[in-house]
Order: sequence, then structure tokens, then C-alpha cells
Amino acid sequence: MIGARRLALANFWVAITAFGVAAAMALMQALSRADLALPWRTPKMYYLSVTAHGVLMALIFTTFFIMGLGYVVTERSLDRPIKLRRVGWASFGLALLGTLLAAWAILWGKATVLYTFYPPLKAHPAFYIGAALLVIGSWGWSWVIIHTYLTWKRENPGARTPLPVHGYMTTIIVWILATIGVAAEVVLLLIPWSLGITEKIDPILARILFWWFGHPLVYFWLLPAYVIWYTMTPRIAGGKLFSDPLARLVFVLFILLSTPVGFHHQFLDPGVRAGWKFFHSFNTQWILFPSFVTAFTVIASFEVAGRLKGKKGWFDWLGALPWGNPAFSSVALSMIIFAIGGFGGAINAAYGMNAMIHNTAWVQGHFHLTVGTAVALSFMGIAYYLLPRLTGRELELSLLARIQPYLWFMGMLLFSVSNHLTGLAGMPRRIYQFDYGGSEIADQWVAGTGISALGGVLLFASALCFVAVMFGTGFAGKKAQPQPIEFAEPLETPNNKAQILDKFWIWVLIAVVLIMAAYAWPIGEHLATPRFGSRGYSPF
Amino acid sequence: MKVDLYEKIWMWAALGIVVLFLASLGFSYIGRAIQPPSHVEMIDPEAVRTDEEFGNPGVTINADGSATVVVQAFMFAFLPQEIRVPRGVPVTFRLTSADVIHGFQIVGTNGNTMVVPGYVSQFTTSFSRAGEYLIVCNEYCGLGHHVMSAKLIVEEGAGSAGSVGESGGVR
Ligand code: HEM
Ligand SMILES: [Cu+2]
Ligand SMILES: [Cu+2]
Repeated sequence: MIGARRLALANFWVAITAFGVAAAMALMQALSRADLALPWRTPKMYYLSVTAHGVLMALIFTTFFIMGLGYVVTERSLDRPIKLRRVGWASFGLALLGTLLAAWAILWGKATVLYTFYPPLKAHPAFYIGAALLVIGSWGWSWVIIHTYLTWKRENPGARTPLPVHGYMTTIIVWILATIGVAAEVVLLLIPWSLGITEKIDPILARILFWWFGHPLVYFWLLPAYVIWYTMTPRIAGGKLFSDPLARLVFVLFILLSTPVGFHHQFLDPGVRAGWKFFHSFNTQWILFPSFVTAFTVIASFEVAGRLKGKKGWFDWLGALPWGNPAFSSVALSMIIFAIGGFGGAINAAYGMNAMIHNTAWVQGHFHLTVGTAVALSFMGIAYYLLPRLTGRELELSLLARIQPYLWFMGMLLFSVSNHLTGLAGMPRRIYQFDYGGSEIADQWVAGTGISALGGVLLFASALCFVAVMFGTGFAGKKAQPQPIEFAEPLETPNNKAQILDKFWIWVLIAVVLIMAAYAWPIGEHLATPRFGSRGYSPF
Repeated sequence: MKVDLYEKIWMWAALGIVVLFLASLGFSYIGRAIQPPSHVEMIDPEAVRTDEEFGNPGVTINADGSATVVVQAFMFAFLPQEIRVPRGVPVTFRLTSADVIHGFQIVGTNGNTMVVPGYVSQFTTSFSRAGEYLIVCNEYCGLGHHVMSAKLIVEEGAGSAGSVGESGGVR
């Protein structure tokens, strides 16, 4: 049994609870956007709920789940106990305190600024302080994992870093490089401004710092999912990892490419020169490459699983995969969804086409495929695998667990495709209703929002199944001898090949140079230009 | 590092796609000068309402037949409420906000920009189809965000002899 078990479980329970609450709010939103006359439906409730849903899903559920998974993966694949467990608990406490502060501000209607909190919309200081505590807590967690890894290295000179930890180290590096931006925004700009210490704020500077963080944030979500795809799912499927060095190459590429791309979220912002947008757009295109490689390697690993079961034809190995095991099916389905999301992403990243869909429902259609499914559904899948192993209980309600990934898949297809289409037809995201004074143009969105609401109902049902299985297992599951947590072996052991991929400091150094080129210069240029500031507004 | 043959082929193909995307990006940027709207001009958000230009928002038809549209955005409306421009001429939009961040999106076209207090957004487009267009705010700006809209009417006018390009191509 692993030593950091309780620490990991504490993080998982916060994640699962946040997910459950946010899913309930999501149902309300999906119905509201379809203009169904629900009794408690008001603009104030709607925007409050979108804020809570975005924060709880994108920031709380993901971060806590990633921290919990990090403890399990590090301890199991290094086969040594986590160091500094007290720091781990303190970090958990800080992050939880931050979550509660921010949640209080949101639920009391004092922070309806959405999870992007663009000034000059101004929330209660508790919201920003809560966000800062969450980030500080995650830094503490990062330190625990890094310290454990370095200790292991000292104890095992010359040994190859296990791939799961390699993936987690890249996750942490990406996270630290990313959070520098948001920490600067929150601590230097937003907290003093919300406390009244400074009077004005520059909204474009805040947006630049936010998106310095906002894009690599998506890789902070995605990389742990990749760790699952590369190192856990092939094992669950009964196969082997097709190529270990390529997986390492993919992880390292994300260190380089995650951050110097943030302006692709600001294509339509004034005050940022086109040359910088072009530069970031150029960097962005490269990110397709590691994801293509991942698709090949992971699917090839599944094929190995089928072949090991004796399948010889072109496609019959697919049938030999454990589709009835939710720990496998959820990942396989989330990979299909991720492929669709990738096509949309290529469109978002091309600024000519971006102008058609920027801030429309297309965008919410897109990120529910990527973070909302590729990441979230993979996390749910691995939770089915891990929870019995961590709690020493059998999976309860396993029938619900079995159908849940399929329900999510169908719900998400309906939700996402319809939102892509209404977005192309011009429907904005983040709106309570779309009457626009009886506009006929807005009328063409009716069908799409209806289908989206139907998808939302299926998604909510699926989320309920997941939460029921989790709490059922955690608190009422039958005690059983826990099975071990295992990782996929590579077809060929990596030996000493491509050692350079494990020398993180080299990649961090290059990444820092790229970030300097992509941000230090434009930010310097921006600060040198005379600008006006904005006072805060709280129209909620 | 030994890489499987099929995987090698796949990786080269992936690299090819990326290079293709980069080439089309570079070509449209440099060759055809298609750039995202990236105007850099500052304005004091507290002086917007008394500003000579933005305090009197509206449409001006220039000597060469092109139009300039000055728009003031605030919680929760655009001024002017109704914008009339001729068909087929270059239309330059200049926008700013008097309070929080807004969006300005002409539904069904790629006329789309953020409107940020302290900054002037500017982009030029043209409309090849006459008729009524819906303009919406597409950035959350408070509890009235979903009612923030305006109307664009493209008129078959004197200045609209030759039609330019496809519908509303932003340049
Ligand atoms: C139960 C399933 C889900 C449903 C029905 C759902 C539904 C929605 C809807 C309707 C919105 C749009 C609100 C608007 O723009 O007006 C939204 C926003 C959002 N959702 Fe979900 N969602 C679900 C799950 C998820 C998951 C799993 C994640 C990520 C882990 C996620 C992340 C987000 C984010 C970040 C936003 C943006 C909030 C904003 O615009 O500020 N959602 N969701
Ligand atoms: Cu991005
Ligand atoms: Cu708005």
C-alpha cells in the first residue's frame, strides 16, 4: 500500500466534489441557453453559475485531481515513498483554503467575473486571494514531487527516469513556467487594486499576463492525461507501450512549446502589435506535432494489446480491447473526441478563421472536447482504476461505471457539435439568453441550443453516475485485498538511448529563452508606451 | 533512437502538415497582408464620453466613398444603436469602451473585435450583401451582457457601384 495514499485520496475527494457541484450548475446553464423557462432562472444566477462552473471545473477539479494523481504516479513508479509528506498536507490545506475563499466570494455573488476574471470587472478581494492560495498550494505540491524525484535520482545513480515520472516532471515544469504569469497578474495587479491600494489597472497588460498562463494551463491539464494514455491505459488494455523514447520526446516538446503562444487568445485585442500575434501563431502550429505522435504511439500500443490476445487481422484487434472496462473505454473514447477537438484547434489558431468564431459558442464546443472530455473523461476513467486500489474496496455500482463513459461520449457529441454550429452561425458564448429584441438572425440558433441542452442532460446523467460510483465505492464498497497499481512496459526497454530527453534543465533553459523572446519583449514595449488605467466595475 | 518505420512515415507526414500550415500562415501574413486587427492607440476611458470623436459616435462617408464608423461601447449598449453604411465600399470601424471590456461582432461576417477600455480598436471590412445585420457583444460585461446589441444596415447606395470581394472580408 502506498504511503501517500491518504494525501492522494484527500486531493481526489476535493476534485470529485468540485466536479459534482459544477456538473449540476452546468445542467442549469445548458437548459438556460436553450431559453427554457426554469423557475429560478435569472441573469444573476446564470452568470454566477457560469463563474462557479468554470472555476470549479477548469481550476479546482483539474488541479486537485492532477495533484492526487501526481502522488500516486510518483510513488508507485519510483517505488519509493513520497518525501516531505507534511509539506504535501500543508499545500493541500492552502489550496483547499484558497478554494473555499474563492467559492465563498462566488456563491455570495461578489465575484461574478467568470473564470477568466478580466479587469476592469472587479471581484471581492477574497476571490483573488483564494486564487493565489490555490496556486501557492500547487507550488508546494510541485516541490514535494520534485524533491522526491531528486532524492530518487541520488539513490539510483545512472538509472533511467521512469516514464510516468518523466511525464509528471514536464507537467510540473509547464505549470511553474505558466503560473509565473498569473501570479504576477493576481499579486501585482489584481489584489492591490481590489483592496483599493491602487486605483487603476491596465486591462491589456492583465490579459497578456493571464494568457501567458492560460494557454500552458491547457497543457497542465493535458499532460497528466498523456501520462495516463502512455503509461497506464496500455497496461489496462493488456498491451505494451509502443515507443518509450518518442513519449519522452513528446513530453519535452511541450516544455518548449506550451508557453510562447498565448497571444493566439488575443488575436482580436487592440494594443498588441500584429507582429507579436504572428510570432505566437507561428509557435502555436508546432503543437500539433507532439499530439500527432501521441495519437500514433498510443493507438499502436492498443494494437499491441489486441495482437497479444492473438488477433491477426487489420482491425480485429480493436474488438479484443476491454471495451466493457470503464478505465479503458473512457480513455479510448476521450481520444476519439480529442482528435475532433484537434481539428477545431487548428482552426482557432489560424487568425483569419479565428475572427469567425472568436468568443462564439464554437469556443465552448471546442474546449468541452479537449479539457471537458479528453482530459476530464480520462481522469474519470483512471479514477475507476485507482479508487479501489487506494481505498482497498471493490468498485460499487459497476454497471453505472460501465455505461458512464458511453453516456458522456454521446452527450458530448450532441453538446459539442451543436455548439460548434451555433457558434459558426454567430451565437456568442457566455450569454443568458439570445432574444436580442426578437431578432430573426438570432432565431436561427434555436435548434442548436435545443440539441445542446439535450446533450447537457446526457452529460449531467453521466456525471451523476460517476459521482455515485465514486462515493459509493469510497464509503460503502466491499472491503477487498487491493490490487497493485502497475504501469505499461515498453516494447523495447529504453536502456541508455536519448538520455538527453531526461536532462530537464536543458529544456527548461531553452523554454525560458523562448518565453523571453515571446513575452519579455512585448511586455517591455507595452510598459514603455504611455497608457491609461481603468477603475473597477462590478455590474453583477 | 530507433523508430518504427510506420511511425517514421507518420511523423514526417505530421511535420509536413505543420509546415503546410506555417506556409499558408506566412503567405497570408506577408504575401497578402492579412493581419489580425492590431491597432495600437490609447484613449482615456474616463474621457470617452466627452471625447471629440467617441463622444459623437456615428458614420462618416469620406471623400473617396469609403465609410468610417465610430462606435462607443458601454454597459449595456453600443452607440450608435443603428449603423448605416453603403454596400461594397471599405468600411473602417473605430471602437472604444467607456467602462469594462466588450466584444463587437457582426453576426454572419468575420467582423469581430474586442473593445477594451483605454484602447481604440480598429478594423476595415466591406459588405457585399445589402440588408440588416445583427451586432452583438461577445465578451461578458455584466448582468446585461445578453441584451447588448445593435443593428447594422447595409444600403444599396450611391457609393456602392462596384462590389468588393466576398461578404465582409476583414483586411
Ligand atoms: C456535466 C457536463 C457539462 C456540461 C453540461 C457543461 C455545460 C457548459 C455550458 C452550457 C457552458 C457555457 C456557459 C456559457 O458560455 O454561457 C459551459 C462553460 C464552461 N465549461 Fe462546461 N459543461 C460540462 C462539463 C465541463 C467540464 C468537465 C469542464 C472542464 C473540466 C468544463 C469547463 C467549462 C469551462 C471552462 C466553461 C467556460 C466558462 C466561461 O465561459 O467562463 N465543463 N459548460
Ligand atoms: Cu491557447
Ligand atoms: Cu457584453
